[in-house]
Amino acid sequence: MQIQLNGESKPLDGEVTIQQLLESLGLAGRRIAVEVNEEIVPRSIHAETRLAEGDRVEIVHAIGGG
Amino acid sequence: MTQTLSDQPFVVAGRPFSSRLLVGTGKYQDFDETAAAIDASGAEIVTFAVRRTNLGQDASAPNLLDVISPQRYTLLPNTAGCYTAKDAVRTCKLARELLDGHNLVKLEVLGDDTTLYPNVVETLKAAEALLADGFDVMVYTSDDPIVAKELERLGCCAIMPLGSLIGSGHGLQNPHNTRLIVEQAEVPVLVDAGIGTASDAAMAMELGCDAVLMNTAIAHARQPVLMAQAMKQAVEAGRQAYLAGRMPRRQSADPSSPFAGRING
Repeated sequence: MQIQLNGESKPLDGEVTIQQLLESLGLAGRRIAVEVNEEIVPRSIHAETRLAEGDRVEIVHAIGGG
Repeated sequence: MTQTLSDQPFVVAGRPFSSRLLVGTGKYQDFDETAAAIDASGAEIVTFAVRRTNLGQDASAPNLLDVISPQRYTLLPNTAGCYTAKDAVRTCKLARELLDGHNLVKLEVLGDDTTLYPNVVETLKAAEALLADGFDVMVYTSDDPIVAKELERLGCCAIMPLGSLIGSGHGLQNPHNTRLIVEQAEVPVLVDAGIGTASDAAMAMELGCDAVLMNTAIAHARQPVLMAQAMKQAVEAGRQAYLAGRMPRRQSADPSSPFAGRING
């Protein structure tokens, strides 16, 4: 299965939840926010939200800005 | 005799602050410099940007929010880099999730990447959508008093006209418009963008602005921490001068020493 992760194609092995994706990226527990197909996925449901083929996933964080 | 300074706190979206200087976190050399400059500025409200996480990098590397703690500062996520209302609204929603429901945002929708001038049509659309979704919106806009009034009418909690182009350091290019916006507003007015040095910040405050927001003037000073201190003092001095009320301007000289009793009289 393929998703679009931060604008780039990413293959996934079978069904994966957002929590599992974050763990595989070393981002679990970090200060990030997740959007799937332009809708926020609240932190509280990362563990139960499964990704589907073609999902457009954005993972963002805070950086310096004015 | 020392006269006690009596000033009201700076209140935005119902939250009181003692500092009238808001600072950004961009363009610093590293997080140590960011933290030191922001500490020296005395700012209580600190802006940041929302960007894609760099995947594949060391996930344990420090994060801006580890340095600029949400426990110490009121964080103000911005929508810098957004050119449409839709992108700005998405960015604000991501920021709210990032900060566990915190709903104070700095809205900026830009027109082009040469001037970074605000696109007021998209800004108005985004403000309406964000306000309907429960955000408290501090809005970056042009120095057009009619647009400023419309943003206030929609319900924005602070109006933030540019002094001059973002990052230009050209100071207040149209102080008369800034004053018009200040005089008509019933919500706080902040000069956001264009401040170059301490006198620019003092001038904004002397015009009656409620606060000043800046980033590059501190971050790109030769000594950012020293400039942060200068800006803190300039904002305080400008505010006090505004409260004190400046002397009237005269066309001719008026001696400070009395004429009476001169030895040549």
